[in-house]
Amino acid sequence: MKILVGYKRVVDFNVRIQVKPDGTGVVTDGVKLSANPFDDIALEEALRLREKGVATEVVIAAIGPADLTAHLRNGLAMGADRAIHVVTADAVQPLTAARTLLKLVEKEQPGLVILGKQAIDDDANQTGQMLAALWDRPQATFASKLDVAGDKATVTREVDAGLETIEIDLPAVVTADLRLNEPRFIKLPDIMKAKKKPIDTIEFATLGVENGDHLKVTHYAAPAKRSKGVMVKDAAELVAALKQKGLL
Amino acid sequence: MSKILVIAEHLDGKLNPATARAVSAAKAAKPESIDVLVLAAQAAGISAEAGKIDGVSRVLTVERAENAHPLAAVLAPQIAKAAAGYSHVFVPSTTFGKDVAPRAAALLGAAQISDVMAVTDATHFKRPIYAGNAIIDVETDPAHIVVATIRNASWPAATNGAASAPVEALTLDAALPGHTRFVGLQSGKSDRPDLQSAAKVVSGGRGVGSKENFDIIFKLADKLGAAVGASRAAVDAGYVPSDMQVGQTGKIIAPELYMAIGISGAIQHLTGIKDAGTIVAINKDAEAPIFEVADFGLVGDLFKIIPELETALG
Repeated sequence: MKILVGYKRVVDFNVRIQVKPDGTGVVTDGVKLSANPFDDIALEEALRLREKGVATEVVIAAIGPADLTAHLRNGLAMGADRAIHVVTADAVQPLTAARTLLKLVEKEQPGLVILGKQAIDDDANQTGQMLAALWDRPQATFASKLDVAGDKATVTREVDAGLETIEIDLPAVVTADLRLNEPRFIKLPDIMKAKKKPIDTIEFATLGVENGDHLKVTHYAAPAKRSKGVMVKDAAELVAALKQKGLL
Repeated sequence: MSKILVIAEHLDGKLNPATARAVSAAKAAKPESIDVLVLAAQAAGISAEAGKIDGVSRVLTVERAENAHPLAAVLAPQIAKAAAGYSHVFVPSTTFGKDVAPRAAALLGAAQISDVMAVTDATHFKRPIYAGNAIIDVETDPAHIVVATIRNASWPAATNGAASAPVEALTLDAALPGHTRFVGLQSGKSDRPDLQSAAKVVSGGRGVGSKENFDIIFKLADKLGAAVGASRAAVDAGYVPSDMQVGQTGKIIAPELYMAIGISGAIQHLTGIKDAGTIVAINKDAEAPIFEVADFGLVGDLFKIIPELETALG
């Protein structure tokens, strides 16, 4: 079975995001870019399935500008067998991303697609669900446990009410939550090996994807700040302060 | 004029209050009508509750055995069919809504606005990105239906009105897949208030130290009548189950009182509580970032402070 993994590059999770003073975006020049942390978890899960003999090939895919190569090399160094780079200078919205991934799915015919549950830049949490809908296949979002047996998978999902377990027929889309696994670190020899692994590049325009970017972002703003409050010296003073505010 | 369809969330025959919050957001768009769609195996109790929410024009129900559990693959085709004639579909931004709404949106060929925190008008919305570190204004394309998930913490639940809206059964010609099957739900049910809607929340972090030690947090919460939450660090360390996690990837909440105990205040955690009324932080590290957002801070050993708090509470 082949597994396709979505592997998006985002602003590193440690970067403090600054909104540009003119409200046209956030500052991305010169900031550290990394793989979306949830996509690293998705890739790790695919690699483990390959190591267990469930999967035979792990393919990572990313949509973005020409300089994504180094990012994809990281995914290959982590252990993916090959990469697909859909080249477009412009960022795409989730519906367009899902339609693009569907084109890759039709070409690659994976038995499983694993994506991060959300990207930590736009926090949309949509692409996996949209891909599953367009592909007319099952989805198991927010997965914290994945067992594949034959042409079925049992997935534990982290939902508000607790842990939900569902059974899905394959092929299917699974989106990774935080506790699915802990991604491995990349070792130096693997970086060397990754240089020989193939990266297919496909021009976005040649895929004939219907544009789904219906939303226009007209302004970016910094969030309203909470002001720093007061320090109290002990429990009694805290209780008195909360009582005074009518909270106790 | 716009017509908005709100998708009801429910569990065990009860309407989730997140539905009434989504109705509040719908009212802010000043639509011609707001209908609530209840997809359930048995809809009667849920639809009666939904009909009482102020601002609801009609409650539409689809009763099918397949709707017994909230499987996105089963519900989304029904939502997409039912959405015909509406300008907007609003769904609570809970794990239910986050799962089903994008699937319905894709079937409708529509983009989705996730986590709507403000509605300027029917075509202009605000939502957070980068874990709430930036807020964007989003303009929709009137050529397409708008699918949106509604950020719980940004909206009060619409109150019950004087009259009940009529309930109508809907028959939808939607083929439902059998490729996705519900197996079970392991629920951390407790007698404590629900974390997502509680007025008071007490949360513990890594500083609590162990699963056993977390009892001190539960005891304090019970004394206050509060729900219990936790930081990601505490969940990852196995102190408490994942459904108690507060933060960017856990629950985003807006209680009147939030007490963060032994929580340093990583940006991802602060994202989950920034709409809280009053934040109290108790931490032994005076430099912890949680103090930057706390209305009241107390530096010290939580195992000494909590018993003192209980004494002071009487």
